[in-house]
Amino acid sequence: MSAERVTTVVVGAGHAGLAASHFLTARSIDHVVLERGEVANSWRRERWESLRLLTPNWLSRLPGLDYDGPDPDGYMTAGEVAGLIDRFAAVVAAPVREQTALTALSRTEGGYRLSTGGGELLARSVVLASGACNVPVTPSFAAAVPSGVRQLTPFDYRSPAQVGEGGVLVVGASATGVQIAAELQRSGRQVILSVGEHVRLPRMYRDRDVLWWMDASGVWDQRYDEVEDLDRARRLPSPQLVGGAKRETLDLNALTELGVELVGRWAAVRDGAALFSGGLRNVCSLADLKMNRLLAGFDQWASSSSSFEEIAPTLVPARTRLKLDLGSGEIGTVIWATGFRPDYRWLDVPVLDEKGRLRHEGGVVDSPGLYALGLPLLRRRRSTFLNGIEDDARYVVDHLAAGLV
Amino acid sequence: MTTIDNGVNVQALLDAREVLKGAPEAAQFTWRASSKWTRGVHSTTTIEKFFGLGQEQTHKAQTEYASDHPAVFAAEDNGITPIEYLLVGLAGCLTAGVASVAQNRGIQLRSVEATVEGNHDIRGILGADSDIRNGYNDIKVTFHIDADASKEEIEAIVAQSQKRSAVFDALTNPTDVTVEVA
Repeated sequence: MSAERVTTVVVGAGHAGLAASHFLTARSIDHVVLERGEVANSWRRERWESLRLLTPNWLSRLPGLDYDGPDPDGYMTAGEVAGLIDRFAAVVAAPVREQTALTALSRTEGGYRLSTGGGELLARSVVLASGACNVPVTPSFAAAVPSGVRQLTPFDYRSPAQVGEGGVLVVGASATGVQIAAELQRSGRQVILSVGEHVRLPRMYRDRDVLWWMDASGVWDQRYDEVEDLDRARRLPSPQLVGGAKRETLDLNALTELGVELVGRWAAVRDGAALFSGGLRNVCSLADLKMNRLLAGFDQWASSSSSFEEIAPTLVPARTRLKLDLGSGEIGTVIWATGFRPDYRWLDVPVLDEKGRLRHEGGVVDSPGLYALGLPLLRRRRSTFLNGIEDDARYVVDHLAAGLV
Repeated sequence: MTTIDNGVNVQALLDAREVLKGAPEAAQFTWRASSKWTRGVHSTTTIEKFFGLGQEQTHKAQTEYASDHPAVFAAEDNGITPIEYLLVGLAGCLTAGVASVAQNRGIQLRSVEATVEGNHDIRGILGADSDIRNGYNDIKVTFHIDADASKEEIEAIVAQSQKRSAVFDALTNPTDVTVEVA
């Protein structure tokens, strides 16, 4: 069977892949967008029910598609995001091939060969926009958790109704961990939250959404080549934020108020017991210091003369438990909110570093004609958010187009 | 701009970090101590050689540390107790971290003093109550730092020092320890 030829293949029909399609179409570059499932697949199938975007609606814009609904200060549900991306696909008229999983991508003379469920493709350039969060990451000691304790990742978790009786140990205090911990505690279960390094933010600062400050003050515009420790900045956990009508802050103090028990980072399983770090106070003080520095930066940007809006330091319990017997029945379920990584199992091009991360310079991958979109801090701090894709996609497609001449 | 000097060669450390990123095998160090029992609960621990950067290394001089227990433990007090050495290690490590981070951030230190207190319920080691752990229940480090910096900057230095401290990590996280008879 002869391979189909196309100038450019975009891998993934999420907001990033579709944004690439938008700019490719604008430059009349023939292309196809491969999608393993449906458009916005991960928003449909790999998110829990109550999830809302961290960014307010007015900030959740895509190239050529501003928010025009009735609630600019609200936060979209996962279903609404899927709907938005669907509309975006229609506006872009993206040539999406759904249910077409990529199984192998390799280098050929003058381009790339892509093997898919629907046959072979030959392309001069490829844009990898398959997402940064395809596989939940769990620590190796998860295998040592006794079989009586159920283990879930955020990909499996849907709602409290699905979680059986007994206490729940939520591991990780990023946006995912704090949201799931709060929801389960409110449902009547006792939740223990294991906290490592985290990013604390108030939902509102001086009567505006904290993300308004990020956007307006230029924090999000910081470029990847201006960031002091890029590696660290790209690995930063998502900030402790939740979207909702009340625009509430969901930090560790809010969780303590709800009755969630805080413990340190889960370091190991020994003799059927979970052992937690005694370093909780340190990770909390690091998060408090960084939050205050960020807020002080907002004030400085705004040349605000009013005194600093004081936010109470994280209340760390005088004593946290260092050990939890996993066989005692106290914990029925462990939920690993310990991060995600991209899935590059189909990638036969040597562009991954020793940790399995894609080597790229602002989206230009270390192999001619290969590009990436939709990764954290790809080109700017705003890359992570829906509205960060426009500039990234424009740049990447410009670079790609220049390579075709 | 005034040049600050806390006596830490931060550039060498930053250079080493870059080099070791591409040479993980050279970053594997083994620190060694060997001890000899004297009499009673008194022993002497010697430290001289270690392994690192792919080869055997030797300290400039061999150092001996005496361990004993105080008279209230019915011992002769020929040296500090082993668990006090953990406090020595923690204070030394955090203070080194404070100096390094301050140097790296361009902050001149004038004085750094740390007081370390470890609360220890000795009923654990005596086997008097099996619910009580053998080690410290908690440890508190109090820093008094005089530097050309705001209180917030000093707090940030101390927090960062903990984040990078080998001894803080060893005390707060479980470590796999094997003890055997050769």
